[in-house]
Amino acid sequence: MRPVAVVASSIVQHPAMEDDTEVEFMVPLISDVKQQVGFDSQDFGFVCSGSSDFLSGQAFSFVHTLDAVGAVPPISESHVEMDGAWALYEAWVKLQLGEVDTALVYSYGKASPGSLKDVLATQLDPYYVTPLWPDAVSLAALGARAGLDSGAFTRRDMAEVAARSMANAQAHTRQASTPQAPSAQAPSPQAPSPKNTSQVPSPASNLAVRSGNLTVDEVLAAPETVPPFSEWDCAPDADGGVAVVLAAEEKAKQLCDRPVWIRGIDHRIDAQNIGARDLTRAPSAGLAAATAIAACLDTAENLDFVELYAPYSYQEIILLKEFGMATAGHQINPVSYQTNPAHFQVNPTGGVLSGHTMMASGLMRIAEASRLIAAGHGDRALAHATSGPLLQQNLVCLLEGE
Amino acid sequence: MGKQPCAVVGVGQTKYASTRGDVSMAGLVREAAYRALEDAEMTWADIDAVVLGKAPDFFEGVMMPELFLADALGCSGKPILRVHTAGSVGGSTALVASTLVQAGIHERVLVLGFEKQSESNAMWALSLPQPFSVSINAGAGGYFSPIMRQYIEISGAPELIGCLVAFKDRQHALKNPYAHLRQWDLTFEQVVDSPMLWQPIRYSETCPSSDGACAMVLGGERTALAASKPVAWVQATAMRSESNNFPGRNEVSPLASQECAKDLYRQAGITNPRAEIDMLEIYVPFSWYEPMWLESLGFAELGEGWKLVEEGATQLDGGDLPVNCSGGVLSSNPIGASGTIRFAEAALQVRGMAEERQVDGARRALGHAYGGGAQYFAMWIVGSEKP
Repeated sequence: MRPVAVVASSIVQHPAMEDDTEVEFMVPLISDVKQQVGFDSQDFGFVCSGSSDFLSGQAFSFVHTLDAVGAVPPISESHVEMDGAWALYEAWVKLQLGEVDTALVYSYGKASPGSLKDVLATQLDPYYVTPLWPDAVSLAALGARAGLDSGAFTRRDMAEVAARSMANAQAHTRQASTPQAPSAQAPSPQAPSPKNTSQVPSPASNLAVRSGNLTVDEVLAAPETVPPFSEWDCAPDADGGVAVVLAAEEKAKQLCDRPVWIRGIDHRIDAQNIGARDLTRAPSAGLAAATAIAACLDTAENLDFVELYAPYSYQEIILLKEFGMATAGHQINPVSYQTNPAHFQVNPTGGVLSGHTMMASGLMRIAEASRLIAAGHGDRALAHATSGPLLQQNLVCLLEGE
Repeated sequence: MGKQPCAVVGVGQTKYASTRGDVSMAGLVREAAYRALEDAEMTWADIDAVVLGKAPDFFEGVMMPELFLADALGCSGKPILRVHTAGSVGGSTALVASTLVQAGIHERVLVLGFEKQSESNAMWALSLPQPFSVSINAGAGGYFSPIMRQYIEISGAPELIGCLVAFKDRQHALKNPYAHLRQWDLTFEQVVDSPMLWQPIRYSETCPSSDGACAMVLGGERTALAASKPVAWVQATAMRSESNNFPGRNEVSPLASQECAKDLYRQAGITNPRAEIDMLEIYVPFSWYEPMWLESLGFAELGEGWKLVEEGATQLDGGDLPVNCSGGVLSSNPIGASGTIRFAEAALQVRGMAEERQVDGARRALGHAYGGGAQYFAMWIVGSEKP
């Protein structure tokens, strides 16, 4: 496997981008990562993005976002109608060929103009299920109910996830510019301006849409929204985007101080039929983790933290269980998880329970984890992305700082 | 690790029709996938990963259909990617799949492009507002017709070149049992007399709206060498994109198209495309795009592509550069699959398995797809020789 690293990233997330289209808020983001590595569009060996033009409400809308990249002269570029984590996967595969050394990956979503939970009902079987219009929150509630009834977890377990996520989001201050790039790379005021003239955003102090210090009892006492959930169990929807630069081998070391290497990456899907699945399990998450971890056992057995895309509190519990079971014979080191909880963290950023950008939260987990490692918050992490109802499809990425 | 060999070891297509009311989307994709597996002499269990491509989800109104189709595609517990690069998607899907094999990540990958246009309103979905302009175009033909008019003006081509292309493709379709439009009684005069839709494109010079799916099984070297039937080796692949609107853009022969082709030929070691490539399957949804693409892809000088059409060079019978022996997009157009069909038909040709529409002795063929405002390009060259 050719070593490939995350060398730069930029993220933006807001409750609702009322004044900007997707293209408009992606321009400064992509300009920012270009400036971090000192690249123009032509310098990337490959460009790949993940977005949903269906979500955007216009067929082919992803075409317009190409203008945020700048494709004149033409570039080698592709797009997946999936969360950006899968666009990163495609770019990683491309880099494995050895023909190019760098890739720009970006992803965005603007769900605020519509009702996301109802839009997501169109991800279901269009003949038998979608016509019932089961919204995403109600479906997740079915999953939570299945877990509570089976004893897989309790309301208190769910509330602990919610409270810890809010506390982590509160404590964690994130900035839009990665600390990875050496400061010498920042453009000086006298430097000739690059071909595009978009402005670099000032770093956001916190990308969380919500955070706070809640006790578990306060979460448990909160009114039910869709039983068995309270508002704290369900991720708040947000608009936003993320851009990441990947680089291979020596190139990665040239472009930043601390490359964050992808040691293993894999993704899997389960069949969707909700009535035919065990809703307390996510087998594809376990399988993706097992496959990714097989390439890097040493990394997996010494994780400092995980960043999981769990838009509902109970799903974090299911995912951790899948990852613990995943390594069949090689346990994720129980010492770091059970006996040293202060060291091993789950969602130090607060995860998507602090803010969920449809189509981008998966790539954001990878970007956030990379940023934390680059800043010295730890050396090894597992980042996860999900797609489809009730953890149907999952991607796992093992990261390790230089 | 470097780049490993990759070959097409199986092809499967559905019968294309305006309405495949006999199958759901799941049934449609399975029909093509199952045929590709049969051709490859494999079962569902042999496939390591699936790459699915289709046009905007706005067409059928199903968001991210790979999710509900996962088990129909035999994909439980396997990786699936869903590619979307506008009209070129059928082609770029094959390219993403070939990269997975060439990078040594998977040995056998199922490629599938589909569209169930009867369950959509493609005309409406394709009538997109353009930036900075009042909405004046209806459908894709409305968007491309001014560009075709510009080509006619620049080249001085005679009026009926488009009709020659359309008639040729519809004649070719008579030899393709999968084609949607098989117009046994069509005459050239009927093409010329059909109603004008968007000047210069007449009704008979326009692609149909089709339901359909096309699948391929791509295999690594081990799989290809073990195959009992001939395989089509992937000799070159290339993708290019350019912005839709910018000052000075050449819309008739987009720079992205020219550069994509040059990259392709460089990889394949081709210096004289006309002499070294035996047949083309290129994405021609409106007749005049055949001479336009012939020029952009380097088979004719700029302004001269129409002469190849006029002299019959692009005909299966008697032409030295047959184009779209399958009948092309002009005869079958399930948008998400149309690029895959081009890539698959090119593969069938060099495998010698194109039946009645076979070009004798075809050893090297080009598959091409384009999308968006003629700004996304995906191309490959397949051949009977391992690169």
